[in-house]
Parts: sequence; structure tokens; C-alpha cells
Amino acid sequence: MDLITPEFGLVFWTLITFLVLVFILRKFAWKPILGAVSEREEGIKDALASAEKARQEMENLQADNERVLKEARAEREAMLKEARELKNKMIDDAKAEAQQEANKLVAQAQAAIEAEKKAAVADLKSQVAEISISIAEKVLKDELSNKSKQEKLVESMLEDTSLN
Amino acid sequence: MTLSSLKRNFLTLFFLISSLNGFAKEPSQGANLDKTFDPKEMILHHVKDAYGMHIATLNAGKENEMHITIPLPVIVYTEKGLTTFSSSAFHHDYHGHEIVEKNDQRFVNVHEKVYVLDDGAKEVVYDEQGHPTNAHRPKFDISITRNVLMMWVSIAVLFFIFLSAARRYKKSDNYVPSGIASFVEPLIIFVRDEIARPMIGDHKYKRYMPYLLTIFFFIWINNIFGLIPILNGANLSGNIAFTFTLAVITFIITTVSGNKNYWKHIFWMPGVPVPMKLFLMPIEIIGMFVKPISLMIRLFANITAGHVIILALMSLIFVFKSIAIAPVSVAFSLFITIIEVIVTAIQAYIFTILSALYFGMATEEEHH
Repeated sequence: MDLITPEFGLVFWTLITFLVLVFILRKFAWKPILGAVSEREEGIKDALASAEKARQEMENLQADNERVLKEARAEREAMLKEARELKNKMIDDAKAEAQQEANKLVAQAQAAIEAEKKAAVADLKSQVAEISISIAEKVLKDELSNKSKQEKLVESMLEDTSLN
Repeated sequence: MTLSSLKRNFLTLFFLISSLNGFAKEPSQGANLDKTFDPKEMILHHVKDAYGMHIATLNAGKENEMHITIPLPVIVYTEKGLTTFSSSAFHHDYHGHEIVEKNDQRFVNVHEKVYVLDDGAKEVVYDEQGHPTNAHRPKFDISITRNVLMMWVSIAVLFFIFLSAARRYKKSDNYVPSGIASFVEPLIIFVRDEIARPMIGDHKYKRYMPYLLTIFFFIWINNIFGLIPILNGANLSGNIAFTFTLAVITFIITTVSGNKNYWKHIFWMPGVPVPMKLFLMPIEIIGMFVKPISLMIRLFANITAGHVIILALMSLIFVFKSIAIAPVSVAFSLFITIIEVIVTAIQAYIFTILSALYFGMATEEEHH
């Protein structure tokens, strides 16, 4: 029974001691320690959050870069394509024009040649006629130079022209 | 480094107290030299409180028997006022033989309880149960007993540990724990995150943290001190007065912080029919008091039982009067001591977590 009866003296001293202990530890130990611990935890939380934010930003930046790069690449591609097309078109155009010009030139030349040929032929004809006349003149002159020959001719001609 | 410095400081403190009081080496009367060994008396004597701090007995059973004891002040308040004297005045007697005359009164020590002899009585007369018939207890006995001394040693150690830990935080700019702080911080965080937060809730736990941390470490360190053999059974946390006081404080805090919802659950349980409400009311009212009583008995019984088992195993050597039994006794009591080391922490944890649970119940908001 003695063992389970609380002694007044010990209750008294326990109460006083415990209250002093709580008071002093609360003021000088628990408050600073818990404060420091929670402050540190807040700090860690903040640091983690900002790190996460930085990572996110970095990711965004990277994505942006990627996008810009992709766009640039596409633009370059498009420009190259356009240039290539332009080049081809220019070549084609030039070719077509040159062909046209050549055709035209050839046609003109042909026309000129034709005209020249015609003129030449006409000239030739007139010269041939003149020469022929002059030859005929000379021949006639020669043939009819004496009497005998004239008579002979008339005879031959009369012979040819039988009177019927 | 932390542990060794802690130990060194503790030993310094211990010797400081010892030297302040002075070891009282006195020959005993040799009155009980031929007494046979009584394990029950020995165990109860060790488990209970005492006026002096007995360290060792030299030359036991011989003519020049010597007791090494730290004498402690006896402070009693009787009808004739406050009387104080050193416990060494009893000359290690606790059977009521040595009569100390002080302040016109005669004091005797009967089983480590100071009695005041009635006027005219020359020596103590006992009834059949062994209670003194011609002496009474003083009105108030606030002696510095060995439990009180050990309690003060324990709070000195707690102050040393936690105040120096707190200083570490002040010194470091980024609150990185170092030295002793890195040793106590996990324990403090354990009390906060495993006891206070889940039991009380994230919003209200902060108010109760100082109390919970203090009882946790106060009980734990006193449980540990109770296991140190040289301190000779300073069984503070196995003393009902100690557990009673802490349980009463828990009860007061619970009752004071009880909100409307808490009292409604006690007097008019919501959500049950009226006859059930009437039936539950007395049960809940009894429950209010049973909770702290269970706290008180649990700690007291666990710690005392541990001491009793260790002492009983050691007594086997003397009961059988054979050295051959010693290895068995030592092995078993070593085993129990190791278990007790775990129990010291477990009981401190249980007391704290249950207190936190009661605070949590008292401050719980109504569920919608």
C-alpha cells in the first residue's frame, strides 16, 4: 500500500521542478530549436520550389530554343526551295525566250534568203535574156553577112516550109 | 564526442554534488548483523524513496561496517513549525531506533518515513501491522529525498543538453545542426512529426509542443537514471508520486483545453438515441478520469516492475547463498536490463503520445 500512495513531498517537488523545467526549456530550448528547425524546413522548401521553378523555366527556354531553331530551319528550307524554284524558272524562261528568238531569227533569215534568191533568179533571167539577144544578134549578123548565105537560108527555110 | 562530453559533464556534476554534501562515512550500530537476507525488504527498500542517498556498504556484516551515503536534508513542517536537519542524523537507521531531537520534537525514521513521536514518548511502539502507534507523520514532509536529488540531477542534465543544443542553433547562421544539436534534433523532430502532429493535428499542435517535449525527455532521462546501478535505485519514474504529478498535469491541460465539441461528447454524445446518451454520459465522465489514472499506473508499474525483476534476479544469489548461481542471475538480469533500456524509451514515448492523444481529443473540431 505504501508503494502506491503518492507522497506529498515528492509530488510537491516534482510539480515545482517540472514547472521550472517546462518554463526554462520552453523559453531557452524548445522555442529556438523548433524555430530554427521550422525556419530551415521553410528554407529547404523554398529552395526546392525555386529550383523546380528554375528547372521549369529552363525547360521552357529550351523548348523555345528548340521551336525557334525548328522555325529557322524550316524557313531556311523554304527559302532554299524558293530559290531553287526561282532558279529553275529563270533557266526555263531564258531557255524558252532564247528558243523563241532563235526561231524568229531563223525565220527571218529564211525569209531574207528566199527574197535574195528570188531577186537573184530574176536578175539572172534578165541577164540570160540580154545575153541570148546579143548572141542571137551576133549570130544573125554573122549569118546574114553575104548574099549566098542569105539565099541559102531562105532556101532552107523555104524547104522546111513546104507549100501545101 | 557528444556522448563522451556529456558523460564527462555528468560525472563532474555528480562529484560536485557529492563533494558539496560530503560523504558521510560512519560505522553502523551493527544491530542487524545476524539478520537473514530478506529479498522482499531489500527490493522494496530499493524501489521506494529514501532520505539519504546510499551508495555502498563496506565490510558488510563485520564490526567495522561502513555505509557510504550522501546525506540529504530532511524538511518537515509540523504543528511546531518548520524543522530541518540532515538525514545523517538517523545514522542509516530506518527501523525507528535512532531518535533525533530537534525543535522540541523527536523524529524517527520508520521504513524511510519520518514520524514525529507524540509528547512524552521515549521510543516507538508498533501495532501488529508494524505501524507506529505513538507517533504520527508530520503535516508536510518536503524533504529532499534521493528521488528529489536525482530529479534535480536529471533536470541539470536536461538543461545542459538542450540549452547547449539551442546555443548551437544561435551560433550557426543557416541553422545547420552540429554537435549535440544533431543528436537531439532527430528526437525533437520525432516528437513533433510522430507524436504531436498526427495526434493533435497540424493547426493546434504547436501550443502543446513545449509540454510534450518536456515530459518526453524528462520521463526518458529519469527512466534511464533509474537503471544506473551506482545511483542505487533512484526509482523516480517508478514512483507513484512522480507519475501522479505528471498525469495530473496532463489531465489539467486536457480539461482546460477541452472545447465545446469535447464536452458535448462527454455529456451528450451526438449521433446516438437519447437513452444511449444517458447511458454513455457516466461512462464518459469516468473515462475522463480513467485516462490520466491509466497514464499514472502504466508508467509507475512498468518501471517499478523492471526494477523488481532485476533486483529479484540478483537476490537469487543471496537466497541460494551460492556463487554458482551468480552467472545465471547476472545473465538474466543483464537480459532484463537490456529490455529495460528499450522500455525506458517506450514508456516515455507512450506517456507522451497518450497525452498528445488526449489533447487531440480535447481540441478536435466537429466533423461535418
